[in-house]
Amino acid sequence: MRSHDETMMLQTPFHSRVAKACELNQWDEWKGYTTPAAYTEVEQEYFAVRNSTGVFDLSPMTKYRITGADAELYLNKVMTRDVRKLNPDRVGYTIWCNDAGQVMDDGTLFNFGENNYRLCSYTRVMDWLQWSAMGFDVEIIDETADFGALAVQGPTSCAVLKAMGFKGIEKLKPFGISHFPFEDAEVMISRTGFTGDLGYELWVEPPKAITLWDRLFDAGSNLGIRAIGGNALEMVRIEAGFLQAGVDFVPAEETVRIGRSRSPFELGLGWLVDFDKGVFNGRQALLKEKREGSRYAFVFLDVEGNKPAEHSFILKGNKEIGTVTSAAWCPTAKSNIAFAQIESKYANSGENLTAEIYYQTELKWTRLLAKCHVIDSPVFSSPKRRQTPAPDF
Amino acid sequence: MTNARYDVVIVGAGHNGLICAAYLAKAGRKVLVLERNEQVGGAAVTHEFSDGFRVSSCAQWLYQFNPNIRAELKLDQYGYELAAENLSTIALSADSNHLTLSSAELNGASVTESDKKAYQLFIKQMLKFSGILAKASERRIPKLLEANWGDRFALFKLGLEMKLLGKEDMQDLLRIALINIYDVLQENFDNDLLKAALSLDATLGTHMGPRSPNTVFSFLHRRLGEVFGFNGVSVVKGGMSTLSQALANAATANGVEIRTAMPVSRINSTADEVTGVTLANGEVVEASTVVSNADPKTTFKSLLGFQKLETGIIRRVSNIRMQGNVAKLHLALDSLPQFDGLDENQSGQRLIIVSTMDAMERAFNSAKYGEYSAQPVMDISIPTLHDKTLAPEGKHVLSALVQYAPYKLAQDWGSVKEDYAQLLVERIDEFAPGIEEQILSWELLTPVDLEREFHLTGGHWHHGEISLDQIMMTRPFPGATQYAMPLTGLYLCGAGAHPGGGVMGLAGKNSAQEILRSNRSKTNLAGKKENVA
Repeated sequence: MRSHDETMMLQTPFHSRVAKACELNQWDEWKGYTTPAAYTEVEQEYFAVRNSTGVFDLSPMTKYRITGADAELYLNKVMTRDVRKLNPDRVGYTIWCNDAGQVMDDGTLFNFGENNYRLCSYTRVMDWLQWSAMGFDVEIIDETADFGALAVQGPTSCAVLKAMGFKGIEKLKPFGISHFPFEDAEVMISRTGFTGDLGYELWVEPPKAITLWDRLFDAGSNLGIRAIGGNALEMVRIEAGFLQAGVDFVPAEETVRIGRSRSPFELGLGWLVDFDKGVFNGRQALLKEKREGSRYAFVFLDVEGNKPAEHSFILKGNKEIGTVTSAAWCPTAKSNIAFAQIESKYANSGENLTAEIYYQTELKWTRLLAKCHVIDSPVFSSPKRRQTPAPDF
Repeated sequence: MTNARYDVVIVGAGHNGLICAAYLAKAGRKVLVLERNEQVGGAAVTHEFSDGFRVSSCAQWLYQFNPNIRAELKLDQYGYELAAENLSTIALSADSNHLTLSSAELNGASVTESDKKAYQLFIKQMLKFSGILAKASERRIPKLLEANWGDRFALFKLGLEMKLLGKEDMQDLLRIALINIYDVLQENFDNDLLKAALSLDATLGTHMGPRSPNTVFSFLHRRLGEVFGFNGVSVVKGGMSTLSQALANAATANGVEIRTAMPVSRINSTADEVTGVTLANGEVVEASTVVSNADPKTTFKSLLGFQKLETGIIRRVSNIRMQGNVAKLHLALDSLPQFDGLDENQSGQRLIIVSTMDAMERAFNSAKYGEYSAQPVMDISIPTLHDKTLAPEGKHVLSALVQYAPYKLAQDWGSVKEDYAQLLVERIDEFAPGIEEQILSWELLTPVDLEREFHLTGGHWHHGEISLDQIMMTRPFPGATQYAMPLTGLYLCGAGAHPGGGVMGLAGKNSAQEILRSNRSKTNLAGKKENVA
């Protein structure tokens, strides 16, 4: 990796292959890294994830290694969930809050056993982690650049990995971690992802990254493998109901204006808050919110028609009660989905609301009042996501 | 064995802890005060530093003790006695043309008529400003966020009081509040010694030079005493311990139990509330309310432990600025030192060595970079001129507050202590020739010693800098105002809480009022109210 004073944009360990595959030459920025928005055609990439295998370079994901005698104790204070319940060789979805009980970020926590953890996050959060570490015996290292990572997601993903020679990979349970020898080194595979389907994430040290990419695409050549960019990932994650930090909520410590951050309860993540475990960041504020009620609620909306309700106001009658944070037409579920934050009293299953959608065709803006209603769960969830042993297709 | 149980446990018997205890006990609470040192009083104590020589160990003057507390706790009945009051300040000049400052007038140092007139106007205006601060000091400071109607009314009152200053004074206050004392004094006066003398009151005990922002505020804070009826500094008979003992007597008379030489090793808590304290000897005392008279850093870091606190609090506590710059020099003298140009009566006043504001600023520069200043600034008291009990017949004690002596010295204080003491004595010798030969013994307490002896983090006697970012609703830190801390049942009552340091007593009194308001101290640990039937 070149340092930032030599280049404006950092490159991932897979960059030479990513750049070659990125025929559209369409790039985005992700925490300082250059990352493809799309390689060839967003729809094709989308359908690769849903019907065969899509490969997403997630190396820019911020990674922290947290070790030391108090690592578990420490993480239990930082995270809202009970980290003690996360067993070794398991990955947990987690969020963390500031003292005001507002979500700073979500991420995944990898337990490597013996007080050795990896935290993956959207934000760079070293400052907060270090402040939180006062009084604990822990060491925190930013290892973002020390590992490249590929998300290998879709119905044939297990078959692809088997074809690569990762024996027994089908037995890996959802949220499990396993290690495999690879080219006189090692690749770590976790059964995790951001697509709501069967899928894995492969973690490798940078010198082996290119070999891993090449062998992966060789093995997947007959199994419909295709590199996917951020745009396709955005479609699948909305379909699968996953929140995106910076899109569906503003990381609390990055907000400038009062009231713009959100609590776990307001994001539908109350299930990640455990009051039985003692002190954790946000506890007092969240207890108060629990007693007094939340301002907002996060809801999935099924919107009539096929115009994505991007950035729409949500109305109850004529009254504005919220806004949409993410929206997409979901091809597999064949539904028009929106994530919205609305006043909490309207967040009832089946509640009929209106999305005020604006869209433009050939410079003509159209205002559309689309009926929508609150639904209980995401529109896409494949049973393969939980099946063990994982199916070949 | 069942644990001892109280309504309220107070950690630390500093003057604020004792005051808080006395008010709580008066209101019927069962109160235990635990003090780590052998004697009560915290930094308001007297000790024998040499055979037969005693001195006020840290604070040496009384100049802003709140008169309502003195009356309400009937301190005069319990031993409160002054040896001298309303002393003037004399700024020493190398040419013996000293400047005497009283709250009404100036004398000496060839001060011009226009400076004298300006001084009266200046003091009058500052007194008006301090008056607003005094009112705010005696009442509950509003929360800024989530304010209830009471809080909003209090904020409104604060604004109204500023408005009632009149247009010109209000404009002046808003203009000078955020600038520095150097500029303000330059605007008002010509005489260098006068400016230096006034700027001492703005910087003493702080990590600020005359040109630092916030020094106007610390000047107003220092001047609170004048609102409370002091016309200059006073000397407590028998040293500061007498005041602390009077407070302890008042507290005990109201039913408070005080245990000295009884260090608390930690404040016990669940995830949400305090449950009492554990003593260094292993004994556990249960209480639904724990009040800490320790400074905020000691309270949160050592007594509660950062593991028990949310990160935002840790960050705020760690960021409290509290770096002491004052050392304390005690000299046991064979006879009365002879200051050039001062008679015996004058020698008993508050003597200050300040030279010029620029010299003081340079002295502060040294402190910024971890060095002690070779041109020290001093605030000198010879208490034996008012109180013969402090030294053997005919002998004297000289006590001096010295700055800038930074807590964070580049070297180890232990290795340079003698050199520094020598430098200080030579400095005094410039004004009192021959004092070196009169010294029978000496003691120097560096900020590191003050930290150790009086458990003041950073050796900072105000438990945190008195500056606009650390006062009122942001003292000790934003979100922890109104004395109640983030853990239910935990309160601060020391100088680290509003309205801050100095032997004033309001932090202790206000804290007691807040505790009584909450009602929690009436409830037992199971959360049931007593005597509900």
